Amino acid sequence: MPEYIGSSVKRVEDKRFITGRGRYTDDIVLPNMTYASIVRSPYAHAHIIGIDTEAARNHPGVVAVFTGQDIVDDGINPIPTGWQIGPDMKEPPHHTLAVDKVRHVGDGVAVVIAESKDAAQDAAEKVAVSYDPLPAVVDMNEALGDNAPLVHDGAPNNLSFTWELGDKAATDEALAAAHHVTTYELVNQRLIPNAIEPRCVVGDHNAATDDLTLYTSSQNPHLIRLLLCAFVTGLPEHKVRVVSPDVGGGFGSKIFHYPEEVLCAWATRKVGRPVKWTAERSESFVTDAQGRDHLTTAEMGFDAGGHAVGLRVTTTANMGAYLSTFAGGIPTWLYGTLLAGQYTTPAIYVQTKGVFTNTVPVDALRGAGRPEATFLLERLMELAAKEMDRDPAELRRMNLIQPDQFPYETPVVLQYDSGNYEAALDKALGMIGYEELRQEQQQARADGRLIGIGFSTYIEACGIAPSAVAGAIGARAGLYDSGMIRVHPTGKVQVYTGVHSHGQGHETTFAQLVAHHLQIPMEDVELVHGDTAQIPFGMGTYGSRSLAVGGSAIYKALEKVLNKARKIAAHALEASEDDLEYVGGQFTVKGTDRSVGFGDVALTAYVPHNYPIEELEPGLEFNAFYDPKNFTFPFGAHICAVEVDPETGTVEILRYVAVDDVGEVINPMIVEGQVHGGIAHGIGQALFEGAVYDEDGQLLTGSYMDYTMPRAADLPMFEVDRTVTPCPHNPIGAKGAGETGTIASTPCIVNAVCDAVGVRDIQMPLTPERVWRAVHAAQSGGNGHLGGNGQAS
Amino acid sequence: MIPYAFEYTRAGSVDEALALLADHDNAKLLAGGHSLIPAMKLRLSNPSMLIDLSGIGELSQITATDTALHVGALATHRAVETSDAVRVACNVLAEAAGGIGDPQVRNKGTIGGSLAHADPAADYPALVLALNAAIKVVGPDGARIIPAEDFFVDLFRTALADGEMITEIVFPALRAGTGAAYAKFPNPASKYAVVGVAAWVEVDEHGMCTGSRVGVTGAASHAFRASNVEFELSGKSLDDQTIADAVANMVDPADLLSDLSASDEYRAHLCSVMAKRALTTAAQRAMG
Repeated sequence: MPEYIGSSVKRVEDKRFITGRGRYTDDIVLPNMTYASIVRSPYAHAHIIGIDTEAARNHPGVVAVFTGQDIVDDGINPIPTGWQIGPDMKEPPHHTLAVDKVRHVGDGVAVVIAESKDAAQDAAEKVAVSYDPLPAVVDMNEALGDNAPLVHDGAPNNLSFTWELGDKAATDEALAAAHHVTTYELVNQRLIPNAIEPRCVVGDHNAATDDLTLYTSSQNPHLIRLLLCAFVTGLPEHKVRVVSPDVGGGFGSKIFHYPEEVLCAWATRKVGRPVKWTAERSESFVTDAQGRDHLTTAEMGFDAGGHAVGLRVTTTANMGAYLSTFAGGIPTWLYGTLLAGQYTTPAIYVQTKGVFTNTVPVDALRGAGRPEATFLLERLMELAAKEMDRDPAELRRMNLIQPDQFPYETPVVLQYDSGNYEAALDKALGMIGYEELRQEQQQARADGRLIGIGFSTYIEACGIAPSAVAGAIGARAGLYDSGMIRVHPTGKVQVYTGVHSHGQGHETTFAQLVAHHLQIPMEDVELVHGDTAQIPFGMGTYGSRSLAVGGSAIYKALEKVLNKARKIAAHALEASEDDLEYVGGQFTVKGTDRSVGFGDVALTAYVPHNYPIEELEPGLEFNAFYDPKNFTFPFGAHICAVEVDPETGTVEILRYVAVDDVGEVINPMIVEGQVHGGIAHGIGQALFEGAVYDEDGQLLTGSYMDYTMPRAADLPMFEVDRTVTPCPHNPIGAKGAGETGTIASTPCIVNAVCDAVGVRDIQMPLTPERVWRAVHAAQSGGNGHLGGNGQAS
Repeated sequence: MIPYAFEYTRAGSVDEALALLADHDNAKLLAGGHSLIPAMKLRLSNPSMLIDLSGIGELSQITATDTALHVGALATHRAVETSDAVRVACNVLAEAAGGIGDPQVRNKGTIGGSLAHADPAADYPALVLALNAAIKVVGPDGARIIPAEDFFVDLFRTALADGEMITEIVFPALRAGTGAAYAKFPNPASKYAVVGVAAWVEVDEHGMCTGSRVGVTGAASHAFRASNVEFELSGKSLDDQTIADAVANMVDPADLLSDLSASDEYRAHLCSVMAKRALTTAAQRAMG
């Protein structure tokens, strides 16, 4: 039997994806189905004076037209957020469709349901909405001002919450006494998620049985069902089935409970027919929850020896127009707790204000708070190294938490489980040939070429846990997961997981895990996910939690299966369980040739003729829930080299070395793929991506003509390797790999470009024009390399 | 992503296409469709009828004589990129075609469609200006030839009259002693030219510049000739310093576009950089 764990098995799901046989929500066509088109606000902020739907209702093929008021009148509640940040958090209502006023461009106002997509779209243009436009507020600082327009009347100064963490007095004292303080003001710009599959929902109510099936391109179908039933509609949970079939990427944006899910669930009952809504790409730009968007001031103090003594961070985080599902948790608990990074900084204090603006809601996006924390920390390290004239690698090294310090309690409430940060740094330094690279850089500079080297030594926290802690920090959900193993009579196995794959390759990785431990061929194992009617309650996939949490639940179920199988085998072999060994898919009485295979044990479980029926139930099927003891903490060191064309400001990435430690690895190829994609995503933020709104709240980067996604041709060949420090508190030893690259790469690239140009900072994304202006600033400053204050915008 | 309803018809000949165009208000000619169809799907364009030209085989031919390259209006970018006739007579055109969009765009988009659409950031306009192409058109009043430098009028506006269509673009073949090159700074999102500069130069046996043309696209509301640069180069040896001097401050930022991808000031700078790069390569090729 092959050793499946640690083997780069090709992804079993790829056959259907690359041959066009995936089944996405939009591929679902039901008899008598109708199509929804949503009328959306062209204004960022306006009162709705009236909505005339008559012309739309009279359009050929139109089945129904509804407004926000129709939905409210039917007793549908607003969509709640899932994270309470402090007792005073302002959580204004978020209606399925706007009722009193619209609060961002793209806010839904009315819906047309028709026999065809084109009829729905044609009729939607005939819905006459009269608006009274209001001044919009887009800038966060302006929003907090006393005279700013209010996005919600119930949120004075547009403030949703103020949150803090850490010892402020100790931090203030440490900074006051520090030998050197590095200060950094930064904008962590807003990103648009851009999953390749636009969101799609199909609602299908069966009036005869009163069953509702909701197909939705979601990362966590159970949570959608719970929110939809318990909070929004009051529908009985056992009569609602949520299915998330193949989902084409999410990056966080498909975690959340969206208005269109409520709309299709509600409208299918109203019209008595299935209702489908599929986002157009232009709609995705203005309705998918966006990411990042922080304004931050950070001060980091060092003693004369270069050791960090304190870090004070003040952040304003844009929530957009409404609190999305996880919104408040991202710039607080998932951000502030990461501010120790890999370093022994003893005193840390962070304060975050969550602010409403007339923009698309902001929520988790790949990394979700952790990239923002890592960006500011790694930029501070780079700036501090320059200011104190120390090598950036060595400044990091002297501040690293050492292997003998684990488990390590940070000043921002986390307990790091395990790590060897210096080993990863040394490996990365070796791979890139740091000494030689610095010499090449000097030589190139002498030749008039601008080459820079950037670092990022990062930590990530995956799998928020245990549930009691999640509750204590305001998450309105537990964060365990479920795994069920059904062994069929022929020994074939189906595995049911509460986590969800939308590109991560779970169908392969989890099958490897199960096949490895059951010692059966991988082809005999199939993974089932994304259907609340089939799988036990699970929490879905985000935060790199699937293997560490969902995989551990499966592992617990595996133990139960093997325990029972051993009892069945012992009975069949007339031997003691203790005398059996399980090797090669066979239970064998040690020292004999008497054995029984897994398939025979499975058959015996379902045809229990010769069976210990007094002690053991028939069947071979187990479920397990796993609530982790702690987060997991992947880490690593990334180093890159870039060259800047001083004439045009274009950045070329010459080398990119990534050493990541994600704990134990089941499929190295899949992990590498995740790391590659993550690095590309982080480079996207550093060099290309950025949502731009004008002062009226119009999204100027509303298409791929203006919003730059990273492309393969923009990226170098990544040089990736790993160290392996197993997670000590889950049975697999896995930590999580889906976000590491994104977290690490953004500051790595920015550090390198600033090093190349010789300026302190350049605002992301580092567009050619911004870099060109920075080159100008550095050159006109006359100090070439290392301008202490050559801030460019 | 669903256009308004429209009629579709396929023309079998140029005459038929012209007749259809004359007979229908707000009809549009469909070539590769890579600008028109997206605009229709976004409901920014609402033609009553599309007249598909793809059945008119003669319009996609590419032929060369000793003195000229004839490119049919329906020749795809991919056809231009890979045509032996283009490579022999006017290789810079093949190079530029290979840098348009992506493979899907190059396989469908056409040179005539691109020129008629007159996107201010398209690549071909700089090339037809620098290479002094003649744009052959036909319309209700018969055939005529529009010199490239008269063709581009404004944002998405050309010298084509109502009811006219492009049939062929004629490029003078590059002779010994001449050289041409195209340098493009692409928009990182769209890959259209933020600034693209095509340069053609002619040198005598002493390496002195006896003629040049510099076509600029992307920078302003329509492609234009940088005649001040051409004037500066005239009669001079095309060394690095001469070129650098000629392109310095070659355009006034006030005349240029300014948008998210590039301010007018940066665009003006890019014009100089791209012009320098194109002229340097063109000069090397001319002195080959």
